[in-house]
Amino acid sequence: MSAPTDHRPHAPHATRPAGNEDMASTVRAFEAYGDGDWDDIAREAIGEERIVVNMGPQHPSTHGVLRLMLEIDGETVTEARAGIGYLHTGIEKNMEFRTWTQGTTFCTRMDYVAPLFQEAAYCLAVEKLLGITDDVPERASVIRVLMMELNRIASHLVCLGTGGNEMGATTVMTIGFTAREEILRLFEAVTGLRMNHAYIRPGGVAVDVPEGFTTQARAALTNVRGYLKQLSDLMLANPIFKARLTGVGVLNLSGCMALAMTGPVLRSTGLPYDVRKDNPYCGYETYDFDVPTSKGADCYDRVVLRVEECYQSLKIVEQALERLDRTEGEPVMVADKKIAWPAQLAVGGDGQGNSLEHIKKIMGTSMEALIHHFKLVTEGFRVPVGQAWQTVEHPRGELGVHVVSDGGTRPYRAHFRDPSFNNLQGVSVMCEGGQVADVVVAVASLDPVLGGVDR
Amino acid sequence: MSDVTPGGDQKAVAETVQPPEGASTLEIVEVKRGMFGADGPGDTSGYGGLVTPVAMPAASPRPYGSWFDQVVDVLTEVLTEAGVPPEAAIEKVVVDLHGADSAEAQQAELTIDVAREHLVAVCQALRDDQDLRFELSLGVSGVHFPHDTGRELHAVYHLASITHSRRLRLEVAAPDDDPHIPSTTSVYPSNDWHERETFDFFGIVFDGHPALTRIEMPDDWVGHPQRKDYPLGGIPVEYKGATVPPPDTRRSYS
Repeated sequence: MSAPTDHRPHAPHATRPAGNEDMASTVRAFEAYGDGDWDDIAREAIGEERIVVNMGPQHPSTHGVLRLMLEIDGETVTEARAGIGYLHTGIEKNMEFRTWTQGTTFCTRMDYVAPLFQEAAYCLAVEKLLGITDDVPERASVIRVLMMELNRIASHLVCLGTGGNEMGATTVMTIGFTAREEILRLFEAVTGLRMNHAYIRPGGVAVDVPEGFTTQARAALTNVRGYLKQLSDLMLANPIFKARLTGVGVLNLSGCMALAMTGPVLRSTGLPYDVRKDNPYCGYETYDFDVPTSKGADCYDRVVLRVEECYQSLKIVEQALERLDRTEGEPVMVADKKIAWPAQLAVGGDGQGNSLEHIKKIMGTSMEALIHHFKLVTEGFRVPVGQAWQTVEHPRGELGVHVVSDGGTRPYRAHFRDPSFNNLQGVSVMCEGGQVADVVVAVASLDPVLGGVDR
Repeated sequence: MSDVTPGGDQKAVAETVQPPEGASTLEIVEVKRGMFGADGPGDTSGYGGLVTPVAMPAASPRPYGSWFDQVVDVLTEVLTEAGVPPEAAIEKVVVDLHGADSAEAQQAELTIDVAREHLVAVCQALRDDQDLRFELSLGVSGVHFPHDTGRELHAVYHLASITHSRRLRLEVAAPDDDPHIPSTTSVYPSNDWHERETFDFFGIVFDGHPALTRIEMPDDWVGHPQRKDYPLGGIPVEYKGATVPPPDTRRSYS
């Protein structure tokens, strides 16, 4: 082989140094190029294998814009740090400038894979402050439970699908997303949207489920069950899948408690902690379901748990559908007209909007109703002074909402304790000492959604 | 935003507002003036507008009900044993019933206001005593009350006990000109990022935190965005020929 041609004036024309014994001349060769700080990097790298790798925020397997700073010794990660904040949009600040009802439109955009949980938690907290927790109609609670459990399945399917994709199992991803599509169609039928619903409102839900919804839902559930079977067949006994996940990203019970890990990560250590059982809301105590746990505390167990949780959620959804059939025609919003959103929603020519009959009535026959409608929509309702805290079992762990009111029509402060935000603290512990390839697996097992992390 | 006069105004208004029966103190955090939100007959002359004191719920009288009494009693006992004067550490205890008839209801909440110098001792007691065992810290959130003179910055800690299925809230206040609160990371390591977030957004300095840096905002950001004196920002947006002003300049009714 001839010597490499290089037309730069100071390039050394000698052949490359043959072996390690001539490292110094390599360094000199770098210096001869005069490539600035590359000199220092080369000098540091030679004789030491340790390098710092910046992974993200645009890396495709970091679930969005998570940034990982890895210090690597060969293939071993010696130090891992997570950097966040690349998707901070100031949702909490913005909520302070909107009415209490408009707040749901904002918080639904936090964790966009599980939007209904933010809505539900926020509305439950606002209802606490209003003192109307016991006045929310049963049908509204049933719809909330139904929507949350469907959303839990959809969110877990994204987690399993993208997690599989990151390991090279594209079929897992396609099945996961096809199954999720079934659920998104149900969401579209109920709320009009596939995400960013703003469907759950303080006092109830925006609109009742459409006619024939329970039949449509039951048909979709049969399909989802089939896809779940396919997914578990594809993953759970697959030797490659198991080899990649078993014993990876281990975090034991005391580690989970110290880092306040909740959700599937905590349950994979054997502790059956689930807010739906521990501190029930929306009437979860009246549903029959189990909290699956396992002992491995590793990434594989978390996958198994998520699949199990999907089946448990299906069980809850079926019970909720039965109750929907039973409560047909009952109200879905509190009776208090000073809180209940006055609009009557109906699908119009443009897809969705106010019922024309309702508008005709308030515009043409009842001035008081019009004034009331106007005041409630533009001014909003007042919430008594105080603070409230509400947690719900989010697919990723315990989601907490802290709302503070100064007695006005807008939240004085709304804070969301997003489970992903907290759980990302565990990345260091779960990755250090492992292989570089295991970092992706460990992060995928936490299932962080950066929209929720950064808010 | 409503027009608010800070300072001595609070005192004058506070005198006219009576604390509820059995409660000793009333924490006026703000006095709102404006045209909307009349609670009673209000000022009908049309000149003065409404003057509404914003008072956070006052200290609750004993018995608190449910398990609340037991927790406060045990905490008092454990603090005394640890050599911390409980009357100095526990500033007030608030029970929010949230519309329920009794504290037994699911929605009733317990808040303990803690003096900042004793915060870590209180957390340690709450976590370690077998009758308290609040082993899970669900994070820290900040609240800025610019008119609560001397207690402008509040840090709120949300604790949960898996053992006893209980939840409570600790509230700690710090003045704006000395925004220091001891870090609780030695007791609850999970509060690491939550305290960084509260520092980032409110400027509360958590003394003893291992690496108190900004977490959401860029490192060289100036100011703390969640404080009430920090503007929301925004630009007018044109939509179908009309111009929509930025949210903080729109008319508000509170």
